[in-house]
Amino acid sequence: MAVAESPPSDPEAPPKVRVGRTPGRLGNRVFQGISTASGIFILIILAAVAIFLLVRAWPALIAAPSAFEDVGFMLGRDLWSWVWPLLFGTAISSVIALVVAVPLSIGIGLFISHYAPRRLAQGLGYLIDLLAAIPSVIFGLWGIQWLQPLVSPLFTWLSTNGATAWLEENVGPTIFTGYQAPARNILTAGLVLAIMILPIITATVREVFLQTPRLHEEASLALGATRWEMIRQAVLPFGRSGVISATMLGLGRALGETMAVLMVLSPGYLINFYLLQPGQHQSIAANIASHFPEASGLGVDALIASGLILFIMTFGVNLIARWIISRRAEFSGAN
Amino acid sequence: MSKRIDVNDLNVYYGDFLAVEGIDMVIEARSVTALIGPSGCGKSTFLRTLNRMHEVIPKAYVTGKAVMDGQDLYGPGVDPVEVRRQVGMVFQRPNPFPTMSIADNVLAGVRLNNRRISKSDAADLVERSLTGANLWNEVKDRLNLPGSSLSGGQQQRLCIARAIAVEPQVLLMDEPCSALDPISTLAIEELISELKNDYTIVIVTHNMQQAARVSDRTGFFNIAGTGKPGHLIEMDDTTTMFSTPSEKSTEDYISGRFG
Repeated sequence: MAVAESPPSDPEAPPKVRVGRTPGRLGNRVFQGISTASGIFILIILAAVAIFLLVRAWPALIAAPSAFEDVGFMLGRDLWSWVWPLLFGTAISSVIALVVAVPLSIGIGLFISHYAPRRLAQGLGYLIDLLAAIPSVIFGLWGIQWLQPLVSPLFTWLSTNGATAWLEENVGPTIFTGYQAPARNILTAGLVLAIMILPIITATVREVFLQTPRLHEEASLALGATRWEMIRQAVLPFGRSGVISATMLGLGRALGETMAVLMVLSPGYLINFYLLQPGQHQSIAANIASHFPEASGLGVDALIASGLILFIMTFGVNLIARWIISRRAEFSGAN
Repeated sequence: MSKRIDVNDLNVYYGDFLAVEGIDMVIEARSVTALIGPSGCGKSTFLRTLNRMHEVIPKAYVTGKAVMDGQDLYGPGVDPVEVRRQVGMVFQRPNPFPTMSIADNVLAGVRLNNRRISKSDAADLVERSLTGANLWNEVKDRLNLPGSSLSGGQQQRLCIARAIAVEPQVLLMDEPCSALDPISTLAIEELISELKNDYTIVIVTHNMQQAARVSDRTGFFNIAGTGKPGHLIEMDDTTTMFSTPSEKSTEDYISGRFG
């Protein structure tokens, strides 16, 4: 039997609390360095993009309105009267996409997280993730080849049915007035965008709904809630900030989407709500893509200026979303 | 507004696994029934069958009868949602809805099924329920703050207020004090002895002093070994159970010789 060799009162024994270098310090510092550097890196990238946009857009921002007369694709307009319709087109296509995609995503997310049998839910989850990986040019092709002919009869009906006709006669033009085939209008573009952003929103809200603490769900059920009441009482309020974040992710993609809009939409530079008429709207991103190859001189600056405005718009929308989330932070369930 | 429950040859299964076997029990109205026993003996599982909360777990089912007021809780056509309206539950960990204010938490059950309630009725009910849960004086000035802003013991009393706001017949408590400090525990125990004037209470507890303090009758659950079903070994008046139990294993458990 071994006996403990050094009694605790041995004055020669080294102190129990180590002084100086300890193993593991280096790893700690390296990791802290890496994560700090990554955090700074993203700020630098953001600043670099902002500075690039600002510097390159500056000549267009300060140019006299008459200077743009030589830029062919601006159709003789000055910068602001050229950008506003594009901004409007970007906003309206994104709003259409969100109005369609968000409720649908919440429905699919809830189905996967709370209604579907487990195996079906898993399969559906993978499928949704796969959908998110489809490139937008494919969605553009799909929109032209498949969706346009499909929605055309619906649009015809929307445009010509009795209610629309009555409103046109007695009140004035409606948002459905004047549909012309093929359906290369802003509503079709919005629908294609909706399908595009559906997977990312669905995947995010599904995860959020799955995070609902079981305790809260049981609390609701034990009070005599049906499943739908439980979802309204426990799941949706808990997932509120997550749903807003997911919507912002989708909105970010819709605002910046280039290829699908470029392929589907017949462009125009007007501000109006004729969702079914071609040649009325255009989005900033699609507009940059379509004119950049031929642009030169001030035209390039003007396009970059429109990009700057898109950047600011996206930034602003995200700030507002953050503010909405933080407004009710104490009720978020995160505490 | 309290009723007795007669449990008759009740078995609980999780899929093929028999978790609790052959429970016969009478739960008297306006009394506190305590269920004690070692961990994993099925007392919580059994408690959950009294308001069909075990059905939250996939593949869990029950055979046998649990009759409340002449109505078998497992009879054909009985909706678990209706059962839970009548048999409320308080959980081991306080679980107020974090997304709701204190007042809204109390009203959560009442607002289900689109039941409309006028503002003044709602305010009355909030005050009555919180008073019933001995919480009114502590929170009456901050009813609009989130439920999660309260201490653990206050949150648990908020959960009790939420449960009694819908005026159930029976109140089930699944180790309601196990996450609380001694002072909060005392507050809940005092509350339980007040509540039994109006409600039938069934409480699962690991704390035998607590069972001895608050309950009128005590049931002892035990399990023969892992993988075996839990059984109700013995049930009697609490004073008898803690002085002269008729089963050896009850006495061993109560005197701390195992479990």
